[in-house]
Amino acid sequence: MAQKTMIQAITDALAQELENDPNVLIFGEDVGKNGGVFRATQGLQEQFGEDRVFDTPLAESGIGGLAFGLALEGFRPVPEIQFFGFVFEVMDSIVAQMARTRYRMSGTRTMPIVIRSPFGGGVHTPELHSDNLEGLIAQSPGIKVVIPSNPYDAKGLLISAIRDNDPVVYLEHMKLYRSFRDEVPDEAYTVPLGKAAITREGTDISVITYGAMVREAVKAAEKLEKEGISVEVVDLRTVSPLDIETIIASVEKTGRVVVVQEAQRQAGVGAMVMSEISERAILSLEAPIGRVAAPDTVFPFGQAENSWLPNATDIEEKVKEIYNF
Amino acid sequence: MATKKTKIDIDALLNPSNTDFRMVQIMDEEGKIVNPDLMPELSDEELVQFMTDMVWSRILHERSTALNRQGRLGFYAPTAGQEASQLGSIAAIEKEDVLLPGYRDVPQLIKHGLPLTKAFLWSRGHAGGNEYPEDLKALPPQIIIGAQYVQTAGVALGLKKRGNKNVAITYTGDGGTSQGDFYEGINFAGSYQAPAIFVIQNNGWAISTPRHVQTAAPTLAQKAVAAGIPGIQVDGMDILAVYAVTKKAREYALAGNGPVLIETICYRFGPHTLSGDDPTRYRDDAELEGWQAKDPLIRMRKHLTEKGLWTEEKENEVIEAAKEEIKEAVQEADKAPKQKVSSFLKNMFEEPSFTTAEQIEIFEAKENK
Repeated sequence: MAQKTMIQAITDALAQELENDPNVLIFGEDVGKNGGVFRATQGLQEQFGEDRVFDTPLAESGIGGLAFGLALEGFRPVPEIQFFGFVFEVMDSIVAQMARTRYRMSGTRTMPIVIRSPFGGGVHTPELHSDNLEGLIAQSPGIKVVIPSNPYDAKGLLISAIRDNDPVVYLEHMKLYRSFRDEVPDEAYTVPLGKAAITREGTDISVITYGAMVREAVKAAEKLEKEGISVEVVDLRTVSPLDIETIIASVEKTGRVVVVQEAQRQAGVGAMVMSEISERAILSLEAPIGRVAAPDTVFPFGQAENSWLPNATDIEEKVKEIYNF
Repeated sequence: MATKKTKIDIDALLNPSNTDFRMVQIMDEEGKIVNPDLMPELSDEELVQFMTDMVWSRILHERSTALNRQGRLGFYAPTAGQEASQLGSIAAIEKEDVLLPGYRDVPQLIKHGLPLTKAFLWSRGHAGGNEYPEDLKALPPQIIIGAQYVQTAGVALGLKKRGNKNVAITYTGDGGTSQGDFYEGINFAGSYQAPAIFVIQNNGWAISTPRHVQTAAPTLAQKAVAAGIPGIQVDGMDILAVYAVTKKAREYALAGNGPVLIETICYRFGPHTLSGDDPTRYRDDAELEGWQAKDPLIRMRKHLTEKGLWTEEKENEVIEAAKEEIKEAVQEADKAPKQKVSSFLKNMFEEPSFTTAEQIEIFEAKENK
């Protein structure tokens, strides 16, 4: 086992799946010789050849169509969309084409595609690089949305996603790429899709979150512990479909919940989590379900990120409010 | 020694791009072979098959229209007038080639192996219409105009990577050439030198919008230049020319040269679809009559009659056989089982999620009542 960053864990997973299955193809803008704008595909073309890892023209919709057509010919495409803010160019291919194919053709054709794409705030990117748009895809039937929060999960979830026979959008938070290291096994392993993780056990209140907010929630939980509040942090890992069982079990245990997302209040999947809890566990609730989310504005100008993005302090305050309700 | 450069005249460069995109024609409106050197090698049987296919397709159009009016079919996009364009091109395609049709391209799908019953189920909105056996190398008709073009680039690249000696063929209309996916599709296929045939069926109208509103380009075939690939304009009312050009394009693509864009100049005699479109709101009768005189069936009929290969009697046999085939297919479609929401839910993912599984249970209980 080695200490690895999330980006190294992702490269590891891609290399192992290229090795493991000759149908796996990686393509996108600058993913070949350049190794990707974040080095996620570093060295892969050199190792596996231009036939397996290749650059595309600069057109997201074309990349989506390419993935669709290659899947139809029996490949397992792993295309990259350079930044998820560019997903609007390829929405049709993702939600109106790949996501519908199994249903549309009654299972006679399938789309084993994984769309990798970076997103997320805190690194002062230019416009439309950091937007949290997972909610758009999560609303589309027929596709899974996976968001890892640490290197170990990143590798295991990506391998599971590539081996899954349905389309998966795999979102990589840019701030998590190199901000910390984790023990990551060298060999290939899987982390199941559709299963949340209890990142930190607690008894007083559940914080249900995903992506970069998991670390913020843990930070808040550590502080709150000193004040005598025991916080359970649930990392959704897959935001669509939701792991209802894990969510409800945690809520039934603690009786109090705060749902946390980086996306705007009107976006993300927080509202979905809250409605599932209301429907399934209202009798366990001692207080209303709290929510931490970004303001309902367009993603902020770079210099305003710190005052806009939700953080550990926001979580801490909301947890106290719900705990003391 | 410095060479003297020719002076660039910017005024002269400010001309519309206008290269040679003459329309390829083999058979004129009188059924005469006007370009014998382009005549593909075809046996008498093959020529008769072309006519048989076109008559069959015209009857399919007429019966589909009637069945739609009776409420026995749902969505239907008329094909009359486009027989040469549709059937001449698909005749040049092998069974192992992959077809990505648009919503008006049902005749090609049927010729490629889709059972007529399934085509009718698709029209009605029944899942059974899109259950394709694995050896049917095709997708159901694409509703999102242009999507089939980017997908075709992917299929063609897949065929190339597998080392298959097959092509991917796709169709769109004149309006579809204005879409981004149209351009991205031909450009990607060109970039990867993938074996694809992109057909534009230019029938002059995109619902009520005439061809000249789509673009200032004098031909649609010349849009190939933007992708750096060959573009050919062909008389889409001449089945021999459409066949010859598509066959050449297939050979060209399979020789490793990359994709070809083909523009067929044709016309739809009927409305855009039978979902309420009325072409008399936007088209002149005179225009329609002008095109009816170019009917691909009339000219092929003249051609074959002159060669002693076609008679009224023969045509009536084809018509009767088509009507019978259609009648049986509709009856077969009537027998399709009622669709179940539980089946839809089961077809969303390989493994249903927690909430999908819950919904399957709820709907199965309702369905078993």
